[in-house]
Amino acid sequence: MKVVLQNLTKVFPSRNKKVNEEVVAVNDFTFTIPDGKLIGLLGPSGCGKSTTLYMISGLQKPTSGQIFFGDDDVTELPTENRGVGLVFQNYALYPHMTVRQNILFPLQNLKGADKMSKNEMLERAYYAAKLVQIEDLMDRKPGEMSGGQQQRVAIARALVKMPRVLLLDEPLSNLDARLRLQTREEIRRIQRETGITTIFVTHDQEEAMSISDMIVVMKLGVVQQIGAPQEVYDNPLNLFVAKFLGTPPINVFDGKVEGGKLYIGEDAVLDVPGVEDQEVTVGIRPEGFIVDENGPMHCKLNSVEVMGRDVSIVSENPAAQSPVVRSIVDADSKVDTSKETVSYTLKAHKVFIFNKETEERIEFEVK
Amino acid sequence: MVDSKHQWKAWLYLSPAIVLLLIFTVWPIYNTIKMSLLEGYNTMAASNPLHPGFSFGFYNYTYVLQYDGIGNFVNCLKNTVLLCILTVPISTILALLIAVALNSIKRLQKLLQTIFFMPYVTNSIAIGMVFAAMFNMIIGGSTRPDSVGIINNVLEFFGIGYINWTNAGSEYWANIVVMVVYIVWNALPFKILILLGGLQSINKQYYEAARVDGTPRWRVLTKITVPLLSPMLAYVVITGFIGGFKEYSSIVGIFGDKLGPTGNPYSLDTMVGFIYRSLSTQEGNASAAALILFGIIFVVTMVNLYVSKKKTYY
Repeated sequence: MKVVLQNLTKVFPSRNKKVNEEVVAVNDFTFTIPDGKLIGLLGPSGCGKSTTLYMISGLQKPTSGQIFFGDDDVTELPTENRGVGLVFQNYALYPHMTVRQNILFPLQNLKGADKMSKNEMLERAYYAAKLVQIEDLMDRKPGEMSGGQQQRVAIARALVKMPRVLLLDEPLSNLDARLRLQTREEIRRIQRETGITTIFVTHDQEEAMSISDMIVVMKLGVVQQIGAPQEVYDNPLNLFVAKFLGTPPINVFDGKVEGGKLYIGEDAVLDVPGVEDQEVTVGIRPEGFIVDENGPMHCKLNSVEVMGRDVSIVSENPAAQSPVVRSIVDADSKVDTSKETVSYTLKAHKVFIFNKETEERIEFEVK
Repeated sequence: MVDSKHQWKAWLYLSPAIVLLLIFTVWPIYNTIKMSLLEGYNTMAASNPLHPGFSFGFYNYTYVLQYDGIGNFVNCLKNTVLLCILTVPISTILALLIAVALNSIKRLQKLLQTIFFMPYVTNSIAIGMVFAAMFNMIIGGSTRPDSVGIINNVLEFFGIGYINWTNAGSEYWANIVVMVVYIVWNALPFKILILLGGLQSINKQYYEAARVDGTPRWRVLTKITVPLLSPMLAYVVITGFIGGFKEYSSIVGIFGDKLGPTGNPYSLDTMVGFIYRSLSTQEGNASAAALILFGIIFVVTMVNLYVSKKKTYY
């Protein structure tokens, strides 16, 4: 089932009548989510990603704009008739019911032609439980299970009625780091197995990048960029997206372009043909540095952290917007730690330049 | 464990509470038990220096249980149990529905909450007099004929006709109906308050989850709200039964100190009423009745706790 969002806008009215404090949570969001894909809504807190999810679920009404499931306009359709499965951030499992009762609950609500016999319901519940691998825990109560297990029950409960769209609100935020890795793979697997169009919300870029077919990066209610994770990472449209994606984060410098060359401080670090002379903001991914004694870019060497496969070099540069510049280079690179400076050549496709005012990307030709 | 050297300090700090409890709780309980076991005890006789003393035994208990004159104990017990069985479920269910309704509205919630709480801070005798006036029916024969209460006016409007609720010659079931309406109305505010507090502490996400799954309203109430509210419901039912067994002032409020319609005194007497009346002449009987009442409340509460432990989710 494809999901179409058309000029979706949500404005929360001002609480104080005298002062206008309207909050535009989501601003003019237009996007078609292809059938059977896993979509990550990504952004810092307060960017409107959860509001978007709740509007798709029907728990919140859009101020303007439309939502389509396939060809059906569901904008005015109440939640219960939309056929969505929603997994809440803290799962919202009914604490007085066993796992089985929790999973059966949505099925028991079905009316009319959809109504099932008791055996059918039990079979469906067992199938859903098996899909998330909790079929041995059916008689437990939520309070008697770990966070990860509760999370699976919540997914099973959302899946059991075969929703047209599955929505997950920060599904991994209550889990510890190890479980988070495991569970996100699990979500990916379940989504592939069921083929249900799935939208999930997260503020963790790593999480979104690792499992999504597409990510939507949002900031203050406005969509910044939509695309496949790698594509967005390799080709950020603005400084915000470049900064938001990637660990360690991108290194940001003040720089300028003069005569087709990019300067950081005094160093002419890269040829950028076709860019007008101007002050710019430069972003360089940590993996965009190559250690090279004769390289054009010089930084004050702080420390070298060996991480096995890679080497992380922490250095300083007066033009950098952060106190340290972090680069990740091949372990084979020779870094002379006795010297005070380290010199780099830059990989042109890992360097992005942005307009100083608008923070929009300025494209240049990569040789 | 408190160091024995400093133990006296612990007792010192506890003493205000202990002294008060000893004087006003333990000592009266001890005396009640003692009086109930002294045959035919009353203070008048006890203060007579020539009185030979009372013999020890269960005479007071057998007297209380076997006496069958006007306003006897068994009749009081019957009235009390009947009122309890009728009013506790009715008031609990009504309070639940009102609390859920109050909780689901946004406008006027605070105002309505205050209105529903009014009976709690109003004198029950005063309420009783107003109710008595509302249910009144005196036509002819009296010095002020044609005094008909609002309830009968409404019944007449719908063509049902006057019913003699509380006056001379009224029937027992009519008296009970009046009492049930009055007691339920009087019991509502406290229960609504407790249940509303409980409702407001339930996580709203359960309801959102139920909405996403298209749960009908009735099912939300019975499968989600009531189970999550069960500790509060248990509390309300248990205190309701305890209060119900101590019903007395409401009967006085409606029927006056004769505890029944004119010409049929004590027909609506309750256990506390019996104790209160015996107290002025036969303290031994009053003590025995009080301990029987205690035993009944104790057993009922134990049953309540046992049931709620099985049915309550914490």
